[in-house]
Amino acid sequence: MGDVHKSLEVDTGFANLVQASARLNVNACFQCRKCTNGCPVTFAMDIYPDEVIRLVLLGQKERVLTCNTIWVCSACETCTTRCPNEVDIAGTMDALKEMAVKEGVQIPQPKTYAFHKAFLDDVKKRGRMFEGRLMQSYLLSSGELFRKVADGSIKEEMSLGWNMFKKGRLPLLPKGIKGKKEIKEILGSTS
Amino acid sequence: MKVSYYPGCSLESSARDYQESIDGVCKRLGIELVELEDWNCCGATAAHSLNHRASIELPARNLVIAEKAGNDLVAPCPMCFNRLKAAEKALLREPGRYRYAIEGNTRTWDLADFMARPEVLDVMASKVTNPLEGVRAVCYYGCMSSRPPEITDAKDCENPMSMDLIVRRLGGVAIDWSYKTDCCGASHVVDRPDMVFKMVGRLYERALEVGANCIVVSCQMCQANLDVYQDKIAAELGMAVDLPIVYFTELMGLAMKEPGVATWLARHFVDPVRLFEEQDLLAKRGV
Repeated sequence: MGDVHKSLEVDTGFANLVQASARLNVNACFQCRKCTNGCPVTFAMDIYPDEVIRLVLLGQKERVLTCNTIWVCSACETCTTRCPNEVDIAGTMDALKEMAVKEGVQIPQPKTYAFHKAFLDDVKKRGRMFEGRLMQSYLLSSGELFRKVADGSIKEEMSLGWNMFKKGRLPLLPKGIKGKKEIKEILGSTS
Repeated sequence: MKVSYYPGCSLESSARDYQESIDGVCKRLGIELVELEDWNCCGATAAHSLNHRASIELPARNLVIAEKAGNDLVAPCPMCFNRLKAAEKALLREPGRYRYAIEGNTRTWDLADFMARPEVLDVMASKVTNPLEGVRAVCYYGCMSSRPPEITDAKDCENPMSMDLIVRRLGGVAIDWSYKTDCCGASHVVDRPDMVFKMVGRLYERALEVGANCIVVSCQMCQANLDVYQDKIAAELGMAVDLPIVYFTELMGLAMKEPGVATWLARHFVDPVRLFEEQDLLAKRGV
């Protein structure tokens, strides 16, 4: 009984917190579900985009920060484009991802996070992303390298890399920029 | 015509064919691309997913450089274009919030939109010596050049026409279809290939349903997702698919008999050469 009561407690302050990271306009949602109906990746989500917005408004922080929806969102911006109330739904997914990482919650899609992280780490080094190196560090940091070696699918990965190289689509050396220091400062605090 | 050019990181590696074809056709059209001095990565999906401030400041640095250069800025990669535009809007909306400031007097263009302006189309059409008869294309725009329109300033974000107009002026058929701006899953191909395979599989089905013999793209992420894994996706879906995924600039080069065409096309995984040979567009005409 106590639990039920607790789960019904509404925290309207959370919506303001989410808003603070950008102009997301979540308070304007009137639950028409247009976002969910046009979303191309609902098949991979545990809760629907309109539900994420509703839960944000109700202050259900833990539920939205731990759902896989915010990570499988492909940021195609269809929801944000079609929302009749100009709620930035895709932007809200981003704000929640950033918050989930900062708060150190268990991320249900660790590989997605590992890829984003590897990408920014790579950009931080030289100011530009270098695809060859990015894939290596992703495979390592996500644990995918060990899994792929163990189940033999590493062969497929290597043959893809070899084919890219043969077709001239995978240079061996990265390019760096002069303004590297500036880029490091911009990305300084990225978790 | 002189413009600043922001290639983006992929065009230095996996999308080298896109870069080469852009160089080739711009030279023919009299468009001088001046690469932006010391440009940096726009941060792409990773930055806007994990670090909102960096997702604005990374592209913003490039906007500052572009304003100094003074010319309009052209970006071939729709992701880069989108991030540059997002930074432009954020800096102008909230001056002082980010580490960079701009005047807002330099226009950022998506390359396909830049090329589809009437004056460029006219020059292009005058140089077509190998009209693309037999090419039945669906143009696939993906997400980032159109959405959200508050960022991209797209005229019709649900039905973009830039590449359709180009293909038609090159003498090919651009077939109307409803999946122009459906997402391919983008970088999820790395961490959730199952999602991308499902989304791309649906695009193949719809393209084949309307009778297309190739898919024309302007985004190197879409190109990679539709091209590199086509065999695997087709096998998983139990479908027969042989759809070359070509950049609109490659088609321009083919129609204008650019000498580099064969080199660009050789970088693809799904071989476009067979289709173009069948349609008598390559060897026999000396391209």
